[in-house]
Amino acid sequence: MPSLRMRKIVVDPITRLEGHGRIVAILDERGDCIRAYLQVPELRGFEKFLEGRPAEDAAVITPRICGVCPTAHHMASTKALDDLFHVDPPIAAKKIRELAYNIFMLEDHALHFYVLAGPDFIVGPEAPREERNIIGVLKKVGALGYKIISIRRKLRKLNEKIMGRTIHPPFGRPGGISKPLEPEVIKELRDSVNEAIELATTTHKVFKSIVLGDPSIYKLIASDAYRHETYYMGLVDDKNRLNFYDGKLRIVDPRGREYAKFDVHEYLNYVAEHIEPWTYIKFPYLKTVGWKGFIDGPDSGILCVAPLARLNVSDSMATPMAQQAFEEMYETLGEKPVHYTLATHWARVIEIIYAAERIKELAEDPDIESREVLNIPTKTPGPTGIGVVEAPRGVLIHHYESDERGILRKANLLVATQWNAARINMSIDKAARALIRGGEVREGLLNMIEMAFRAYDPCHACGTHALPGELKIIVELYNEKGELLEKKYLRD
Amino acid sequence: MLSEGKVRIAFYWMASCGGCEEAQVDAVSDEPSLINILDIVFWPVAVDFKKEDVEKLPDKSVDVALINGGVRLSEHIEMAKLLRRKSKIVIAYGACSSWGGIPGLANLYSREEVLSRIYSEVPTVYEKDKKPTVKYITEEGIELELPEVLPILLPLNAVIEVDYYIPGCPPTPETTLNALKILLSGKLPPKGSVLGASQRALCDECPLNVTKPEKILIKNLSRIYNTRVDPGKCLLIQGIPCLGPSTRGGCTALCPRVAMPCIGCYGPLETHTDYGGKVISFLASIIDSKDEREIARIIEEGVPDPAGLAYKFTLPASRLRLNLMKWGGRGA
Repeated sequence: MPSLRMRKIVVDPITRLEGHGRIVAILDERGDCIRAYLQVPELRGFEKFLEGRPAEDAAVITPRICGVCPTAHHMASTKALDDLFHVDPPIAAKKIRELAYNIFMLEDHALHFYVLAGPDFIVGPEAPREERNIIGVLKKVGALGYKIISIRRKLRKLNEKIMGRTIHPPFGRPGGISKPLEPEVIKELRDSVNEAIELATTTHKVFKSIVLGDPSIYKLIASDAYRHETYYMGLVDDKNRLNFYDGKLRIVDPRGREYAKFDVHEYLNYVAEHIEPWTYIKFPYLKTVGWKGFIDGPDSGILCVAPLARLNVSDSMATPMAQQAFEEMYETLGEKPVHYTLATHWARVIEIIYAAERIKELAEDPDIESREVLNIPTKTPGPTGIGVVEAPRGVLIHHYESDERGILRKANLLVATQWNAARINMSIDKAARALIRGGEVREGLLNMIEMAFRAYDPCHACGTHALPGELKIIVELYNEKGELLEKKYLRD
Repeated sequence: MLSEGKVRIAFYWMASCGGCEEAQVDAVSDEPSLINILDIVFWPVAVDFKKEDVEKLPDKSVDVALINGGVRLSEHIEMAKLLRRKSKIVIAYGACSSWGGIPGLANLYSREEVLSRIYSEVPTVYEKDKKPTVKYITEEGIELELPEVLPILLPLNAVIEVDYYIPGCPPTPETTLNALKILLSGKLPPKGSVLGASQRALCDECPLNVTKPEKILIKNLSRIYNTRVDPGKCLLIQGIPCLGPSTRGGCTALCPRVAMPCIGCYGPLETHTDYGGKVISFLASIIDSKDEREIARIIEEGVPDPAGLAYKFTLPASRLRLNLMKWGGRGA
């Protein structure tokens, strides 16, 4: 090992990170990691090129921000358009939107649980790489796995019938939806609700027996390596229960006390974005507390979203089975809010149960049979329209400004993945500092880092373990002049 | 094109949303046996092979590379060139790679305007002097690099030679499987062909087409937001600018099926470079008037953003591109 004052280690590109991603670890003269950065080199400029477009086009343009969660953008956009065009959709349209949205949340969460993050837990974090993928999951859970996959595909196809398409749906319009549900679609929906419930209860059972039944995995979830005491934010209904489609934004502090509860129209009073020169991603934070750097605690404005945050801000769940699972998680982990990042996987399973129960309620609701699914806007559009939903990965805000013809003049988008960007950086930094000592990159580093970001967001680990493949990490050692000293492959 | 009984295939994404990957996964789920004949050598979203692994491959040792997303960052050019060198066949997969796609609308503005909007003008940013920089020295004294954002977004064929195109935003699983079957058959069409989609306009496969008269003539064009659409009738005869007649079929008319207009994601029927120009001239041709000023007024009312309507997926590949290049991203 050459002697040097300061070095950096580059992991580039991180496979399975949407829009790539690069981790740079900086080492001191002893070779100990003193700081790790996650850089996101991705920029397309939606906020700018929405300007000049007819506002209604935003509902088909913005889903192209993310092909993994296009329905979330479509729905946030459609709600912002209701607001911009001053029109309230008929009750049937609201219920059909929420129904399609819950189907989307369920299938997206199921994808994450079984295909993306599941392999770590179901197959096990210590299992050989070649088994830690969906094929390994199927081997472990048997025929059940194939059944889950077929139910998921059926739900996706149902959503295509409701929304027009599953990837980049077009059906949302200001004031409602483009077409009522045909009787045969309603019949198919009602015939499928029990399968959705079955998917949820089975997933919960799998989680409890395989994950919680294994003391080493439980220990990992409740490990300090992934613990950050931050603020949490999520949408809640009028009884402070989680809702994916609508409600008020509620923020709790690191001790679980309500810090704020507000309508999304007031978001500018609470939220600001911090910029770091070394990454294209912006870091939203709680403006009233302030940006204090990549640190946790009540004096730092870092605000976490996504499944765990949503449960942390909710007093209870709106459906019975989800409520039971919710109580069980908080009792087991012994704190609220739960600050263990890896408990996000548990929270996601509870949300799967909620989504399935909500699908059943809405599918069986006679209101969805109505042909009245659209109120045509009649007022002068603008100047402002703001919409919010809970995307699978957290709070998603679309904010538009238009002229009197409804032509967009300004747009601001706060995208789910951004909120957690600061916390993900903290998790990676914590893992790198713990594991890179004396110039040695220890074996478990890569998986520790991967597990840190995978918990937050399949958009950051899109397709993880989808197919078998050998994992490699490229480690490049540089001196302080930026000259490459050594390059090696590290295998997990 | 089979080598050792398997097709060696590479996937790559540039400025894209991940929807193309979802579509590819859906396609494989519909025909899982494909896994047995595909030897995946590179797929950053799902399989852990790195750029270095691709660099080590002999030239032309990859049978086919499917590249999605537009060329937006400096590193995209580098990867595209690398994959071109290593692959026998390079395919532009999806609208962004074929013609720029929706992120190509950024070419209506300069790079500086885009960056300024995102990093200083939006109401949530208060630190007006900060923005990402290509080279940055950290407080530890180490340089961190970011890839450079190019002045405009380019389609794949602006930086490398492209053999075939698979259209759509995203291509449906069916389009994808059709294209793969053509590739596997070994009966390759002429270079530059579109694979997997229809050879006819979208209207041909649209269930609403039966309500469309031989010759459409309308008095007005309308925006959809304040129009009540009859879901059983052709959108064009209801005055909604549906791009079906100008757009290649292949998706089974998913949007018109839910009473929403085609927005043109399968792109032009021919390989002509000015899809948008064709859209506008078609719309002008169905207006029931001989008075040019009246036609202009009707188009202006129903289509307040002609560039956004007609070039939603194809701006970087259009004739306007020359002007955009000349003006450094401004214009149109």
